[in-house]
Amino acid sequence: MPDFILTVNQLSKSFSGVKALDNVSLNLRKGEVHALMGENGAGKSTFMKVLIGLLAPDSGEIIFEGKNLHDSNVGETLKKGISMIHQEILIVPELTVAQNIFLGREKSVSGKSGWLWGWLDDSEINEKSEQVLKQLGVDISPKTKMKYLSVAQMQMVEIAKAISNNAKVIIMDEPTSAISDKEVEMLFKMIRDLKAKGVSIIYISHKMDEIFRISDTITVLRDGKYIGTKNATELDQNSLISMMVGREIGQMFPEGNTAINEEILSVENLGKKGKFSDINFAVHAGEIVGLSGLMGAGRTEIARVIFGLDKSDEGMISISGETVQINSPLKALKNGIGYVSEDRKGLGLIPKMSVKDNITLSSMNRHRKGIFINTKREETATAQMIADLRIKTSGMDQKVTHLSGGNQQKVVIGKVLLAAPQLIILDEPTRGVDVGAKFEIYKLIRNLAENGMAIILISSELPEILGMSDRIVVLSKGRQTALLSRQEATQELIMKYAVA
Amino acid sequence: MPPTQNLRLTKFGQYGIYLAFLILCIVLAFSTPRFFTVSNLLIIGTQVSINALLAFGVTFVIITGGIDLSLGSMVAVTGVVAATFAHPDTYPLAVPLLAGLGAGLLFGAFNGLVITKSKVPPFIVTLGTMTIGRGLALILSKGRPISNLSDSFNFIGGGNIFGIPFPIIILIVAFIVCAVILNKTVLGRYMYAVGGNEPAARASGIRVGNVKMWVYTICGILSAMGGILLTARITTGQPNAGAGFELDAIAAAIIGGTSTSGGTGTMTGTLIGALLIGVISNSLDLLNVTSYYQQVVMGVIIIGAVVLDGFGKKD
Repeated sequence: MPDFILTVNQLSKSFSGVKALDNVSLNLRKGEVHALMGENGAGKSTFMKVLIGLLAPDSGEIIFEGKNLHDSNVGETLKKGISMIHQEILIVPELTVAQNIFLGREKSVSGKSGWLWGWLDDSEINEKSEQVLKQLGVDISPKTKMKYLSVAQMQMVEIAKAISNNAKVIIMDEPTSAISDKEVEMLFKMIRDLKAKGVSIIYISHKMDEIFRISDTITVLRDGKYIGTKNATELDQNSLISMMVGREIGQMFPEGNTAINEEILSVENLGKKGKFSDINFAVHAGEIVGLSGLMGAGRTEIARVIFGLDKSDEGMISISGETVQINSPLKALKNGIGYVSEDRKGLGLIPKMSVKDNITLSSMNRHRKGIFINTKREETATAQMIADLRIKTSGMDQKVTHLSGGNQQKVVIGKVLLAAPQLIILDEPTRGVDVGAKFEIYKLIRNLAENGMAIILISSELPEILGMSDRIVVLSKGRQTALLSRQEATQELIMKYAVA
Repeated sequence: MPPTQNLRLTKFGQYGIYLAFLILCIVLAFSTPRFFTVSNLLIIGTQVSINALLAFGVTFVIITGGIDLSLGSMVAVTGVVAATFAHPDTYPLAVPLLAGLGAGLLFGAFNGLVITKSKVPPFIVTLGTMTIGRGLALILSKGRPISNLSDSFNFIGGGNIFGIPFPIIILIVAFIVCAVILNKTVLGRYMYAVGGNEPAARASGIRVGNVKMWVYTICGILSAMGGILLTARITTGQPNAGAGFELDAIAAAIIGGTSTSGGTGTMTGTLIGALLIGVISNSLDLLNVTSYYQQVVMGVIIIGAVVLDGFGKKD
């Protein structure tokens, strides 16, 4: 028997009768990167919550370093050496890096006991933090306030915190969802260093290429059930996806033969100080134009200007050949431009409202009678949209927060579609969406284009851009470096222009 | 994640306020013979009416994620303005009413304008206008109460129609109108959207500034109704009237389940909240509890209601 640092045996957990985890097992070796894969709702987050002691399992056992972790709470598992880096990083922005690293353990450093009262001396924790950061090869001063760091740097501080806590197992939940490609490389280097030091890592991500690059072992969950554990070398992308969804996906990107018609939108010399400049492209009815580039290249910023969320400093925007001034989202919608934001929670949904109220929010003008809401018309339109987009919901009055990520995304798309745009900007439409729903969203996009909608598709995933776009605008640091046709575009070519 | 352990508490949190109100009324009906009499219930209704009007107004505001601390000052300003035109044999009744309501409308619109244009938080803006309003009321009345008001004006605060006090009739009509605005109009839907997630509301094509302007203006008009009612009831325009009313109104809204973080709340909840406050202070009166203790009880109830509301949100 190889030396497993963590063994999970037949863990089960139910919520009001629904099995979120059904006999899930996992063996974690010392110094390995173990990827945990599964669609949204597969039970990954419940599993993690049980592992770190946030939830108590109904049955099953967790053995860490030979000892049963029965009834441990979060504080105890942390002390024993299991740390989690959450997807949404939990930090105190006004405190310094060192103060964050030692938050809640200020006294343990100096060996003094007691809590809350007494003087704090930062010099000691600054020194210790500096050691840990240096050990990780991170160049951040422990005295910097947390709020001045980038997301990637905050993540590294979180890792430093785990290390300073003597973590033997670090759980990383979607660590690359908000950082740039270059930062991903730094993170991966750090993970490899940690491995070499014998730290085990449980790595959760939706990004296939990352999983194959970084992980040694892959465990797949589906619908709360344990599906299997394989060495990463035994799997490829297709076999992994079919393990996750339980069927062959086949063609990921639906074929389309879109006839391209009249011009809907064109931007000329569009620029915004400090963000992007000299952007030129046009989108025609029935055409999908991809906007590609690394993080910070200006993709979302361009979309925000076209949709009137931000103002441009130079250049012009024309709709069907006529120059328009778009200074608010309302104006954009009136000009037939819809925008599905990458920030679903921040700019897409009203979480406290129902599916219906969210879906009709941009088109109340067609669902009203004077000052009153025309409920009947509203319900008809919502039912139609739920059917068309195949939104899985228990009803139109369901709160939108109770839907899965993919279905929430469909609600946002539905809202924009009901506003009847002729052009729709989709900004990372499949982010945080599981594989099955991804495929459905691709089909939907293709369908819209075939019905004459002009589409701008923004995505960080190159296969998505290549699979869907008719033409591709490549951006690098706010400049437009290429405009490629579907035929000439390749992954390598796009990358070449993206770093140009 | 499906809701779990707190399911029962969740249900209680959602309907707890209604249940608490019902239980309180039943207990009082049996323990205090004088409570459940028509005359006492009408007294409660009359006493509650002013606070309920203000609470309706501030419910709109809180649903959009704002707050209005100037309610009490608006009561004073609008009361003084109305009283100025309400002396016997001067103007027809419509003049003091329209002047008072107009003053409330302008005051509320001013709140809304400053909040939308300056981007200063509503708490601070209305803290300022609270003081401005109090000053205006003193200036307009030269610091003295304005008495000698016409009978027809005083009828608004003290008269009966078919035995029902006029303030209760106003209360019922205002409740219906406010509930319709909130639930049946596009503006009401937009209020929830703005309070639920302002950037998303804007990105959905909603004129967020317009919604806020409307909300503070409506709140001003409802405050003016409260101001006129109060003036007519005490038959005097009092520049010092209404001090602290904003806190009772906010308390009614919060007890009724309106979330201070915006995006949720109902008019029925607020009405029950106002009635609960009224019933409690009435019953403590009947039980001869001094008003000092009444304030302590009220504070405990406000906190208790929000704690219950917290259980209602755990899912």
